[in-house]
Amino acid sequence: MPAAPSVPRVVAVLCLFALLAGCGVRETQVERGIRDQVLHRGMGPEVADLDPHLATAASDHTVLSALFEGLVAEDPKTLAPAPGVAERWTVSADHLIYTFHLRDNARWSNGDLVSARDFIESWKRVLTPTLAADNANLLYVVRGAEAYHKGHTPSFLEVGFNALDDRTLQITLERPTPYFLSLLQHWVWWPVHLPTLRQHGSIEVRGNPWARPGTLVGNGPFVLAEWRVGQRMIVKKSPTYWDAATVRLNAIHFYPMEDINAEERAFRSGQLHLTESLPVSKIDAYRTASPEMLRIDPYLATYFYRINVTRPFLNLTKVRQALSLAIDRRAIVDRILRAGQRVATAFTPPDTGGYMPPEGIVYDPAAARALLAEAGYPGGQGAPSLDLLFNTSENHRAIAEAIQEMWRRELGLEVRLSNMEGKSVLDARRTGSYEILRSAWIGDYADPMSFLGIWRSDSGNNYTGWSNATYDQLLHQAARTAQSKERHALLQKAESLLLAEAPLIPIYTYTHVFVLHPSVRGWYPTLLDHHPYKHVWLEAPGPAR
Amino acid sequence: MLRFFASRLLQSLLALLVIITATFFMLRFVPGGPFTAEKAVTPEILRNLEAHYGLDKPLWHQYFDYLGSLAKGDFGPSFKYPNRTVNEILGDKLPVSIELGALSLLVALLIGLPLGILAAVRRNTWVDYWGSTLGMMGISIPTFVVGPLLVLAFAIHAGWFNASGWYTISDRVLPCLVLGIAYAAPIGRLTRGGMLEVLNQDFIRTARAKGATELRVVFKHSLRGGLLPVVSFLGPAIAGILTGSFVIETIFQIPGLGREFVNSAFNRDYTLVLGTVILYAGLIMALNLAADLAQAWMNPKVRLEG
Repeated sequence: MPAAPSVPRVVAVLCLFALLAGCGVRETQVERGIRDQVLHRGMGPEVADLDPHLATAASDHTVLSALFEGLVAEDPKTLAPAPGVAERWTVSADHLIYTFHLRDNARWSNGDLVSARDFIESWKRVLTPTLAADNANLLYVVRGAEAYHKGHTPSFLEVGFNALDDRTLQITLERPTPYFLSLLQHWVWWPVHLPTLRQHGSIEVRGNPWARPGTLVGNGPFVLAEWRVGQRMIVKKSPTYWDAATVRLNAIHFYPMEDINAEERAFRSGQLHLTESLPVSKIDAYRTASPEMLRIDPYLATYFYRINVTRPFLNLTKVRQALSLAIDRRAIVDRILRAGQRVATAFTPPDTGGYMPPEGIVYDPAAARALLAEAGYPGGQGAPSLDLLFNTSENHRAIAEAIQEMWRRELGLEVRLSNMEGKSVLDARRTGSYEILRSAWIGDYADPMSFLGIWRSDSGNNYTGWSNATYDQLLHQAARTAQSKERHALLQKAESLLLAEAPLIPIYTYTHVFVLHPSVRGWYPTLLDHHPYKHVWLEAPGPAR
Repeated sequence: MLRFFASRLLQSLLALLVIITATFFMLRFVPGGPFTAEKAVTPEILRNLEAHYGLDKPLWHQYFDYLGSLAKGDFGPSFKYPNRTVNEILGDKLPVSIELGALSLLVALLIGLPLGILAAVRRNTWVDYWGSTLGMMGISIPTFVVGPLLVLAFAIHAGWFNASGWYTISDRVLPCLVLGIAYAAPIGRLTRGGMLEVLNQDFIRTARAKGATELRVVFKHSLRGGLLPVVSFLGPAIAGILTGSFVIETIFQIPGLGREFVNSAFNRDYTLVLGTVILYAGLIMALNLAADLAQAWMNPKVRLEG
């Protein structure tokens, strides 16, 4: 048989190639970015739209916050309300009337002044039923807004929005809302340039293609320069932005990434300054090899199980309490998740808008067994087997298996695991065809109401069949209390009641895990993962090696 | 030939209508809808959304509405992307998928054909063994392994290419190579088999006896017959490359249709699922038809039986 080129020789040639390539100094995108102040970031899935009134996903904020600005902006470290388009504001003594004074130099990217009228017309658009804006209900805190949106009052004049003049805006609330300024930071409150929208279609129905490069007019620190769907979005520093002097980045390139492994590879090859997320399997490698790039930030979201309280057995409060007490959350966080998540002993994450949840659930298998016995099922005898449903994902399965084992070991209960694709699970939730359901809740704004509100009887996000008049009453009372200390006390009381009734089992508080190049400055850990871009800049890390 | 073509075309159109109907109704029986989300929209907003997209009408009404707009070439609005139409999305993404597919096919043919011919001509030598080994490896190692490995070697360590994206010419290299290799393997094996069969026939022995050069024997006398199996494979292969590019598109972040095809089903974006299904079904039918025609042209036997 004729001689084949020997394997060692092939390997040697390949090595030579690799060496040569290593010698060639090719400037990476990240290095070029540092030189030109261009931030390259992964952004998770593609945004559905850049119309702030129609955007729905929490991740849409990633791009929208570069293009638009509301009355109230965010402090880069605490996300506390900071002056945005409004340079100052006053609140009436009864906490019902907010008066905003717009700055004189707030401009749209086409040069027009941002006026009080722009805001009011924008909010009118959000509340127009035919637009079907998903987040319209966030405006319901304003007097008359709900009635107008639901078609009970035909006149927009009855809604509590009022332009005193071109630069003064007055908002009258339904009732005192201590978190109103935080709520204003949500993108659904941001203004759009209606003359532009009218040029490209109707402002009252969907399908208006105005939010594209060349036609999008915004009022944020950046303007849209390019959007290749599924590929890249480029925003460039806006010359008309009122605070352009503070903005140090010249441009931001956003890369939608469907696959978190691909995103991490792009980061490692020097294409990205930061990723949106990091695969769990890569955390340990970064911890040992480059800990300075690994970031684990707190995140305002809770991982929990819903319990369908309309089912026999699960309708017993003691059974539900037993299920919750028998879970060793520490073990789940430390051994399965391993990304700095915090054990959730309550539903609201600690320090949400200054609120501390009550002392909640502890791991107490003995107490759990006793409760189950009191309910009439000592050692799980006579108890039906339970069904635990989750959407298909390796992590959800690992956690479910751990909990299945804990409930079997501590309580003698049989648990069947079943998984389905995402929307099928949501449909099972809607129709109540589940017993125990893996769930998650992300806060819309940093206030406990964003979490506790979903367990009200009339909430569209409850789904457990649980309702409690005392709980509703406590929240109702808290909503009318302006003093934050009293209000927090009422909310704590409500949350204690919620945890004791246990229509849900909190498991852990999320963290946001991602990798960040050391050149990115001004990127502070914030609860909502918001990072006002005007405070971000790039700086070559000190002399390397 | 014309009758053959006409009858096949008619069959295809009928099949397409069946596919559209089945997809339309199956989609509606899947649990969850386009507006099912982790954070529920209020009942009023849901009603407004359904009214806007016509989902509040009876199902048969929606079906005929859809067929009506389809006849005008309108695939309808997307549910997931509120300000985009399905036509726009398909128009954006199909060219990318076609480019990826065409380049990969080129790579597959450039590697597969010479390797297959060489292996057949030099049967049972090291060329043949190496070719077969590579072919087996290409078939058995999936693209989601080859892809990240090549990225690791050539993007992260060597730094020659970007790890992901679809901007410059150099961004085309890795994905097309990975997808090309996967299809080069079966092409090589089919070429080898087809060529071997022809090379063993009497008329080849006659050609050789008459003193024809080896090159003439291979390219003039054997190739047309030897490539028949490859041609019949190409129709489904092109369709496979186009529809199966999902994995490659995900690994390399390529904004093609494959990703949209899969995600639209998860999003219950009814119109976008239908749009991609119709497009793909149409493509596959057209390609199969083309493969049949090419085969009929190359092999009179098929023509007569058809």
